[in-house]
Amino acid sequence: MERPAWAPRSIDISVPSVSRIYDFYLGGSHNFEVDREAARKAMEFMPGLPKIMQANRAFMRRAVRFAVDEGIDQFLDIGSGIPTFGNVHEVAQAARPGAKVVYVDHDPVAVAHSQAVLVGNEDAGVIAADLRKPQEILADAEVGRLIDLNRPVALLLVAILHFVEDADDPYTAVAQLREALAPGSLLVLTHASYEGIPLPPERAEGAVDVYKDIRNPLIMRSRDEIARFFEGYDMVEPGLVPPPLWRPQEAPEDEDPYAFSGFAGVGRTA
Amino acid sequence: MIAEPDGPEDRLRRFATIWSRAVFPVTSTSLTRPEFEERLLPLARRLSQALHARPLDADEGRAVGAGLVTAHCTDPEALSRTLDCVDAYLVLYCGAGGDQEELRARCSRLQHAMAAGFAQALRERTLAEQEAISAAALQAQGVVAQALHATEARFRAVFEGAAIGIGMADLEGNILQVNGALLRMFGHSEQNLRARNVKEWTHPEDAPQTWTLYEELVRGEREHYHLEKAFYRPDGTVLWTNLTVSLLRDADGNPQYQLALMEDTTERRLLNLRLRYEATHDALTGLPNRTFFFERLEKALGAGQSQRFGLCYLDLDGFKTVNDSLGHAAGDRLLVEVADRLQSCATAPGEMVARLGGDEFVALTTGPDTEREVDELAARIMNALLAPISIDGRELTVRGSIGIVEGPAGTRSPAEVLRSADITMYRAKSAGGNRFELADEEADARAITRHGLTTALPAALERGEFFIEYQPLVHLGDGSVRGAEALVRWLHPQHGVLGPDRFIPLAEHTGLIVPLGRWVLEQSVRQARAWRERYDDAGPLRINVNLSPCQLTHPGLVQDTVDILERAGVEPEALCLEVTESALIGADDDLLKPLRRLAEMGVDIALDDFGTGYSNLANLRRLPVSILKLDRSFTQSMQQFPADPVDLKIVEGIVSLAHSLDLAVTVEGVETGAQAEQLRILGCDTAQGWYYARPGPPDRLHELALIDATG
Repeated sequence: MERPAWAPRSIDISVPSVSRIYDFYLGGSHNFEVDREAARKAMEFMPGLPKIMQANRAFMRRAVRFAVDEGIDQFLDIGSGIPTFGNVHEVAQAARPGAKVVYVDHDPVAVAHSQAVLVGNEDAGVIAADLRKPQEILADAEVGRLIDLNRPVALLLVAILHFVEDADDPYTAVAQLREALAPGSLLVLTHASYEGIPLPPERAEGAVDVYKDIRNPLIMRSRDEIARFFEGYDMVEPGLVPPPLWRPQEAPEDEDPYAFSGFAGVGRTA
Repeated sequence: MIAEPDGPEDRLRRFATIWSRAVFPVTSTSLTRPEFEERLLPLARRLSQALHARPLDADEGRAVGAGLVTAHCTDPEALSRTLDCVDAYLVLYCGAGGDQEELRARCSRLQHAMAAGFAQALRERTLAEQEAISAAALQAQGVVAQALHATEARFRAVFEGAAIGIGMADLEGNILQVNGALLRMFGHSEQNLRARNVKEWTHPEDAPQTWTLYEELVRGEREHYHLEKAFYRPDGTVLWTNLTVSLLRDADGNPQYQLALMEDTTERRLLNLRLRYEATHDALTGLPNRTFFFERLEKALGAGQSQRFGLCYLDLDGFKTVNDSLGHAAGDRLLVEVADRLQSCATAPGEMVARLGGDEFVALTTGPDTEREVDELAARIMNALLAPISIDGRELTVRGSIGIVEGPAGTRSPAEVLRSADITMYRAKSAGGNRFELADEEADARAITRHGLTTALPAALERGEFFIEYQPLVHLGDGSVRGAEALVRWLHPQHGVLGPDRFIPLAEHTGLIVPLGRWVLEQSVRQARAWRERYDDAGPLRINVNLSPCQLTHPGLVQDTVDILERAGVEPEALCLEVTESALIGADDDLLKPLRRLAEMGVDIALDDFGTGYSNLANLRRLPVSILKLDRSFTQSMQQFPADPVDLKIVEGIVSLAHSLDLAVTVEGVETGAQAEQLRILGCDTAQGWYYARPGPPDRLHELALIDATG
């Protein structure tokens, strides 16, 4: 058997994983004690972390529905993590039966779990790949089977780019993905930022340090830096905003203050 | 469904709204609150119905509790808020038309059931999710393990099947793993091989840096090194390898193992050694050859300040005779024997003997004290050659000439040293052989100039660097100019004008004398014709041209001379060829035949330098000569006054003898009027010398001739 290019040398579940931590924030039990320990440590600094995740998930749900309304029926979700509930394929396929969804993650456990969840769903698939190597994603056979790059695609980069360090050149990676998409495609993106967090930055930094400690540094970027990921795309109204303010379905003032942390936005190819 | 305001349906909705508002903040659903409320509405309806159902069905309460978990309300706070909400509002909004007290009791029992149902569902969900994530982790690990297994299997196949030897050891030098190729190279069992620490694998031929590199590597200061290294095999033979050792580090970058890759180069090395031996040794004698000798000489000459070198250059005397008379096989055997004897002369460290080719050998000694050693070495060599060599039952006496060069290192190039040795050897040889001579810079310089002139000669002729000067021949009786001797000169680009004594012997030696002589003859004959054309009234002018011994034996002499005369339209009588007495000593008829032919045609033949050799006077009549040129040594003695009466008698006798044989007499080197007068009285016919004119360009002669004619 060929060793898959993505296969890591070993899988060490004694090391916390950001996707399992994310699941914990969302009330799931797809996690181990190491993950929960890291999550609890981060929450000591930012108790509202789960609300940020929830706001990201809610934004993603609205954005997927928006994409379906725009006539898009294929979705590429990079950094999909462990799907607990309210996943892209659930939302998209509920709104448009037959919509195609490909999940991409570089965490082999998340990929294995997604495979188990997606058994029997012919219109959705999952591949193990890395955002830092976009050409491998675009050339993947499963992507080729489910997604026609000559037609509009919704590319989701939700809560992932803040895990890519500048040294790994996230801008080039995103640019390569943008360039591969047909006109009419949408880029759905959220990103962590110190802007909007209802805490003094030094407290938020405590949570950032936790991620540094688990060797998954969280890169906080400014609004301007985040906006650069959309270069060449037209921003869909209302632009790059705190997640609850993106096309809300109810009064945003009811939202938890933490929900306004970071930015969310949707761009469209010219 | 449109609810009637404040009807049961409307009240049920209001209950669901209150419930959803209470629980929503503690859920992590991505639904909006109104969407979430829609999820709770069926649960609220079931609660409402259960409140009134008879008998009370606790299972309905449990189902609603489980429904909360299904709606992703997994936080216990969601249950707490739900129970608060049910406790406060269920009977209030959904308890119309019943016994309030009883409804409150039923509500309470439903809450117990809801709590149990929630707990059970949450436990099941938690367990299922834990199961799922563990399964995912296991599966992912399985994929990786399988991939690793495949990788390892492949690497093991590479390791085992590799043609090069691979070995791994820890940093203490304990051998952990070796492959088959390495075992085959060493001829060891794995057990034996692994029993020995890497540091024990030493060999006397290890390069000096071998173990320094090793230490640097295991200390983590070096990533890898590469060298040629020898190992002992258990049978005592030597294994030569091209060895590359690399440091392997763990994931944190700490040195962990050393990896050795080795290629068996024993065969290649042997072949190289053999090729090297063959390239550097003489096949006949087994001595080092010219190539090897030059390498050693170069090394010796490049050695440090206090180092010196001594070189003996040996050439056997008369070896050609051995080859010619006894054959090459005998000659070869002689050389082998000489080589053996020479070899035994140079056994000290720093000494070597080599055969340069033919019968030329060299012996080299190096070190600080070669001034003394080289003489001893030369003496040993001469001594070694003393005993006759027995070849095919004959006792051959071998003699040699040795040129010795000795000096400090770093002053001369190998080629310079060898040339000096060669020159010195020839000096020994020309001094009679069977001796050694020490190099001497002055002798070298002379020889070097001679060498330079020799090699420059052919080009000089092509480039027209030669020219001819003419020295008049004057009739002693009337003082008239009768002709001139043509004297060739070389206008050398570096050395200026060179006389014939500087280059004629060289031209003679290289054979260039033939074309050069022909050129001189052509020029002179052409000049003779020019004189005849322009100054016919001044009487016939004869041109004297020298013939070297080499030209004498050249088969084209007669034909060339005839051609040149005819082409110039000059009568043979206008030409006199001068031949030295020594060239004709012992001349047989074959040699004299061309001269006779020329004499018969009318060309005068003069016997030059007469009186210097052992002139066989009786022989004179046999020679086709018509003129004797007395050597200048006779005239020199007449410069004194009064002249030596014995000399006078001798000259008088020669003149008398010549005249009686019908030979004219010419004298050279006349420098004074007294001399001229004396010679005239003695009966000499013509004279040349500075008294009349030095050799000069042809125009000078015209002037002399004209003066003579008019005056």
